[in-house]
Amino acid sequence: MIEVQELRVRFGETEAVKGVSFRVPPGDSFGIVGESGSGKSTVLRALSGLNPNWTGRMALDGTALGPNRDKSFFRRVQMVFQDPYGSLHPRQTVDRALSEPLLVHGIGNVESRILQALAEVALPESVRFRYPHQLSGGQRQRVAIARALMAEPDVLLLDEPTSALDVSVQAEVLNLLADLQRRRGLTYVLVSHNLAVVAHLCPVVGVMQGGEMVEQISADDLRAGRARHPHTAELRTLSVELEDPEEVVGT
Amino acid sequence: MLVEIDNLRISFATPSGVEHAVRGVSLELGQEKLGIVGESGSGKSLTARAILRLLPSAAQVSADRLRFDGIDILAAPENVLRGIRGRRAGLILQDPKYSLNPVMTVGRQIAEAWRVHKGGSRRVAAQAAVDLLEQVRIRGPARVAGLYPHELSGGMGQRVMIAMMLAPDPELLIADEPTSALDATVQAEILRLIDDLVSRRGMGLILISHDLPLVSHFCDRVMVMYAGHVLERLAAGELSRAQHPYTRGLLECLPSLVHPRVRLATLARDPAWLVG
Amino acid sequence: MSETTLRAWLLTETPQSRRQAAWGRSYRGWLLFRRNKLAMVGLVTSIILVLASLVAPLITPYDPSAQNLADRLAPPTLAHWFGTDELGRDLYTRVIYGGRITLGMVVAVVVLVAPAGLLVGSMAGYLGGFVDRAMMRVTDVFLAFPRLILALAFVAALKPGITSAVFAIALTSWPAYARLARADTLTIRHTDYIAAMRLTGAWSGRIILRHVIPLCLSSVIVRVTLDMSGIILTAAGLGFLGMGAQPPTPEWGTMIAATRGYILQQWWVPTIPGVAILIASLAFNLLGDGMRDVLDPKQR
Repeated sequence: MIEVQELRVRFGETEAVKGVSFRVPPGDSFGIVGESGSGKSTVLRALSGLNPNWTGRMALDGTALGPNRDKSFFRRVQMVFQDPYGSLHPRQTVDRALSEPLLVHGIGNVESRILQALAEVALPESVRFRYPHQLSGGQRQRVAIARALMAEPDVLLLDEPTSALDVSVQAEVLNLLADLQRRRGLTYVLVSHNLAVVAHLCPVVGVMQGGEMVEQISADDLRAGRARHPHTAELRTLSVELEDPEEVVGT
Repeated sequence: MLVEIDNLRISFATPSGVEHAVRGVSLELGQEKLGIVGESGSGKSLTARAILRLLPSAAQVSADRLRFDGIDILAAPENVLRGIRGRRAGLILQDPKYSLNPVMTVGRQIAEAWRVHKGGSRRVAAQAAVDLLEQVRIRGPARVAGLYPHELSGGMGQRVMIAMMLAPDPELLIADEPTSALDATVQAEILRLIDDLVSRRGMGLILISHDLPLVSHFCDRVMVMYAGHVLERLAAGELSRAQHPYTRGLLECLPSLVHPRVRLATLARDPAWLVG
Repeated sequence: MSETTLRAWLLTETPQSRRQAAWGRSYRGWLLFRRNKLAMVGLVTSIILVLASLVAPLITPYDPSAQNLADRLAPPTLAHWFGTDELGRDLYTRVIYGGRITLGMVVAVVVLVAPAGLLVGSMAGYLGGFVDRAMMRVTDVFLAFPRLILALAFVAALKPGITSAVFAIALTSWPAYARLARADTLTIRHTDYIAAMRLTGAWSGRIILRHVIPLCLSSVIVRVTLDMSGIILTAAGLGFLGMGAQPPTPEWGTMIAATRGYILQQWWVPTIPGVAILIASLAFNLLGDGMRDVLDPKQR
């Protein structure tokens, strides 16, 4: 479904992404982990069309993508942002946020589609005419996911979709994402700094460091500790140590 | 006792009625490390800030007892509070970007903090600042002292913040989500640093976080808060023996690298938790 | 529908339709606005001023330009409530009629300036690059001229009169609005919600009009209400120099300018139109402050 080859992104003098390649089969999930500044979000923004300054080759379903995308691309690929407080327009109701993609793409049946979308992300109908500031963090992220799904895309780009949420809400959102994928056959690219979150949702994980994808590893190999690159091993050790509450870190 | 809190209540008057943010929290803290864990809105930050009376002006606070080293915080005049804030008790916040002065080098900021509390000449203070930067394990402390906050990485900024808080030799350190904005590798280093400094200097520490496993690594005791109530108090090593369904739920809903689950457990909240 | 059920229908937490939600929002906004006493004072005063201007012939006893030189500069009496001016014209009548001209000019200027400034500023801020530089250099050119001089040159090139004065004032006021809107847009442009809008595939014009401009609106409204007194005074200045409203048209600024020599002996003659300007500016200011609070849904 998605093919990325030798992707490079520059910001002025510095090269933020230095030749990253990966492919995601249809209906599958690919995870990208790395620390801040590793270039993981930059890859996603280039893929989404938000940043047109890249070189290399990216293709969707065999069709090469240019720097500027047309409407049909945005119908097939959508994105969910990290901060649900920042990704919803502060002066627009949920209803307005959800109807906007329908209006842009000229999709009819607005009324029933909005109700259906709210039901799909398990939000009560009563939130429909609320403003973002009247919703909890988890509810907002559900609205953001519903908005991304309005135009019925095939691909969802997820940029740290749960890292601004409480852990109990994170679990609900991750379950929701898993359900949606199964129901709609969506293809995911998930970016996160949390190894456990990525491994939970994605069978294959790419590890980024300093703008390079230093390793692509299956989630099973990652769990079993069969990492080849030292950075992957380091991230895994930290994650495992913090997972087990009884173990003492660093001693 | 360094901190004694008995039946602390904090509420806010909103247009739609009174909102109770903290409902009867009690705790005691000596020279030890206490973790307060809870989700957003649980009242964990407000509880800790009440010790310094650093609350929004709309907050209504009441407590049977609220003392810092024997001083009644609720009755204390502002000048006594100023002597506590920053001098005897330091506060480290989530994002150092907002706590540091952007137009002053970090060395000068630390030196200023040191001089305000200890006096002395500029040169002595500058030397003290470099020493403090060394204590928070910054490589090349003399060079870093000459940098401006925007030239520091997140981890470095947090170290500088810690150095500044340590300048007046406080007895209590309150760390409010000190590492949530940092990478996992840096996060562990910073927490280890705080842990080490607190143990070595014999300070009290209140570590506030939403991350239960993380807190239990670095604290002696953990207090789990939900909707303004303390639901459970645990020794850090006993996390796996947690009794309360909320505490258990918080642990079980985490995705795990070692123990994969097809579906994550979700937390069912029971209104009965808040009774009594 | 009785009053209580109407109220319940408006205030329900779960509106059944968009129409109901929109009415509910407006009603909540009105309730919020009503709580602000000063804003209500502003609203009522503005309505009274506008109404008085509209029905001026019905509520005034004289012709605004009827002179009576025998009775010039008379103090307030029962016959002339506010006294008479230097040509013996009834001041009360002239102030009420003057509201038509002055308020009309203010409204005309605002209607021209606010949308133009918003559009230029938000386009420059959102599109950035060459468009931004070009548009902002143009606004700089207009900002560089002293306001009154530019207006004077403009009016001199056309023929003196109210219409020219309106265009001249508009021409010199819009750059401030463009700057303001651009500054707001620059912070809005990089937010995730605008990125999300771009990802729906919407074109830039749609994003600017539907998503960026509504957020710039509140600061522009505040600026407008603060500017209103300035607009009245500029109009007066132009009138005084013979470039604005032409005598015998009653216009508040011109009225002050023409009679300013009498301020020590017959103080009420220039003071009364001055008080009218003060009341109008204050009313618009209070109204604007109240509107800004209501426009921000976070306040509810």
